[in-house]
Amino acid sequence: MTALLMHRLQFAFTITYHYLFPQLTMGLALLIVVLKTVALVKHDERYNQASRFWAKIFAINFLLGVVTGIPMEFQFGTNWSEFSRRTGGIIGQPLAMEGVFSFFLESTFLGLFLFGEKRLSRWAHWGAAFMVFVGSWISGFFIIVTDAWMQHPVAYRLLPDGRFELTSFWGLLLNPWAWLQYAHNMCGAVITAAFVMSAVGAFYLLDKRDSEFGRLFLRVGVIAGLLSCVVQIFPTGDLQGRYTAKHQPAAIAGMEGLFHGERGAPIVLMGQPDIERQRIDNPLVVNKVLSFLIYGTTSAEVKGLDQFPQDQWPTMLPLLFYSYHIMAGLGTYFALLMIVAAFLLWRGKLYRARWILWPILLSFPLPYIANTAGWMTAEIGRQPWLVYGLLRTASGYSTHVSAGNSLFTLLGFLGMYSVLSILWIVLVYRFIQMGPESAEGHSRPDGIAA
Amino acid sequence: MGAVWFWIVAAMLAAYVVLDGFDIGIGILYPFLARNEDDRSVMMRSIGPVWDGNEVWLLAGGGTLFFAFPLLYASAFSGFYLPLMIVLWLLIGRGASIELRSHIDNGVWRSFFNGVFFLSSALLAIFFGAALANVIRGVPIGPDNYFFLPLWTNWRVGPQPGILDWYTVVGGLVALMALAVHGGLYLALKATGDLCERARRFSQQAWIALCVITLVSLLATILVRPETLDHYKLHPVSFAIPVLVVLSLAGMKIFTVRRQELNAFLSSCLYLAIMLVGAAVGLYPTLLPSSTNAAKDITVAEALSGSYATHVGLIWWSFGILLAIGYFCVSYWMFRGKVSPQADGYGH
Repeated sequence: MTALLMHRLQFAFTITYHYLFPQLTMGLALLIVVLKTVALVKHDERYNQASRFWAKIFAINFLLGVVTGIPMEFQFGTNWSEFSRRTGGIIGQPLAMEGVFSFFLESTFLGLFLFGEKRLSRWAHWGAAFMVFVGSWISGFFIIVTDAWMQHPVAYRLLPDGRFELTSFWGLLLNPWAWLQYAHNMCGAVITAAFVMSAVGAFYLLDKRDSEFGRLFLRVGVIAGLLSCVVQIFPTGDLQGRYTAKHQPAAIAGMEGLFHGERGAPIVLMGQPDIERQRIDNPLVVNKVLSFLIYGTTSAEVKGLDQFPQDQWPTMLPLLFYSYHIMAGLGTYFALLMIVAAFLLWRGKLYRARWILWPILLSFPLPYIANTAGWMTAEIGRQPWLVYGLLRTASGYSTHVSAGNSLFTLLGFLGMYSVLSILWIVLVYRFIQMGPESAEGHSRPDGIAA
Repeated sequence: MGAVWFWIVAAMLAAYVVLDGFDIGIGILYPFLARNEDDRSVMMRSIGPVWDGNEVWLLAGGGTLFFAFPLLYASAFSGFYLPLMIVLWLLIGRGASIELRSHIDNGVWRSFFNGVFFLSSALLAIFFGAALANVIRGVPIGPDNYFFLPLWTNWRVGPQPGILDWYTVVGGLVALMALAVHGGLYLALKATGDLCERARRFSQQAWIALCVITLVSLLATILVRPETLDHYKLHPVSFAIPVLVVLSLAGMKIFTVRRQELNAFLSSCLYLAIMLVGAAVGLYPTLLPSSTNAAKDITVAEALSGSYATHVGLIWWSFGILLAIGYFCVSYWMFRGKVSPQADGYGH
């Protein structure tokens, strides 16, 4: 039980838990703007009512995103002090910009959005919703810029004492890796929100209640789901895969379970990586597809793990392999489900087709799993590096914080977040149970995320 | 450039203390001033639309600190590991209690979150005060610029202190009293009727205690860290700071008696800000003094980011902070005036 492991576990746990909330709120912020826009354009009050219902669910999730997000900003310094000392001159930039440009914007306009509908005109209230959306998407951007620099460092100079110094502000913000990752990630957030909205719609229709809102949620959710699921695979996923292959070939080999490089490399759909024997057990493969996906030709050579020194292989290779396959497998399922649902919507049969409403209802947890698995693919794929090719994870943690102290705080976070999870489930279930109509004016909230 | 970023970070943290200070103060006073559910609701709604934005100053200030002084951020955050984690848990509990208590109309549910709100607010005030006192007193910085402080050792101020010793506990108590009075003056400004009267009465009584503990803390600081006085002697103009502290304390009292609630509250804002400025003047150009060897002090020059980054940063920071100030003006203007005793719900 080394200190390094404890620090990694704590960061992995707190960031994974934290991201359950922003992935919903970033997507939902966009869908709420859509609902408010339709309400304005069509003069349809039901869409305003719907947006009020989702605003409550948004608010709870936003609050949990805020309170679980604060530890993230602290933990760079508390648990990864050597990493912070060396890279702060670069990644401190986007992190500070997130605070200054996004958090102030979000918190102010969320207050106006939640508390101000009576005091603001219809257009001004739409504007508040729109600013909440802008704020949360800016926030996502700066976090991705930070991560992208660790994945694909640009615009830096290495000083003799091991510190990195920024050489180009725009180089940092226009890192191509950041923009590809941002597109893929935000699309993933919209998928989560679209699936949650569709699932609540399906729940109301299956439960034969609030059917007007059930249909509305399904309609908006399925259309948003179809668009985001398709864009998630092509072009954003495709482009990111190719770019990763170019700059992190060892990560791609690990993701795909390609132990031996070859021309016309096959794609492994399923299997279990066996590191000792350097092979995939029980493989289900399609020949030549990997070469085609990465290079657009079936005969191209793809590098295998055997072409890299073993100390540069992604640590935890099997987990990387599974994360990637879970993400890609679920992504394919999402697209198929939404294509079928959208077809039925177009034919006017969706609302009565219980055989498809059931899978829509039951699928709402899956985008959370897929988004988490996607992030695990990116971050485990980056190992053993903190800054790819330049700074190893083992050189970045706080050596003065002992394993015992970080286990203490990890357990504290586990306990704290267990309580938050219970509260979250109880409250969100309650909102859904009360429904969009009866929920109106029932509770008497005091706070911003009330 | 170092001085500019030192004062930027100091100003952002001061903004945090002044703004989040009054909603933490509301939490400290919560069980003492509220007699019934309506009072509690008024107290909560007086901070409801703004507390989250206030807290952002801590995050933005912390982020700016990371960006401008990575070495300080790395050293201090890992060295103060345990108290910072406790602060995080308190911030989580506090945020959750403000937002979740009203969702279920059940006495037990509400009482639980009322308790969490009070405890987390009071403990946060104490920890923030103790944290500042730690920075003034100094920490045992090692040859590699790092250190690790236990929560307490023997409660004495020595070369190997804990986070909590008698001096930092005094710092914690100053913060507790100052934020309680700050919250009381804010409540007097926002509440009506009985609740407003109770808030005024409390502020006047607690004001005496605040004056005493302020004096104690100033004397203790001179005792624990005589170097602070040298910085003051170097720039005699800085002796205006203690004068302003006295004036702001007087303002809190006089304006409360005259029922000029806004002026009383602004005096309290000035008091908090000037106390922090006083601490910063005492420190500069050191960021974190060493308790063992003055040569190991972490200084502005040593910790500052690269010159290109800090120059670019100044451009976007100025632009961003103007926007933020604009948002705050809009928000506080929208929710100005007294909080009505009847809840008007939200959103519609």
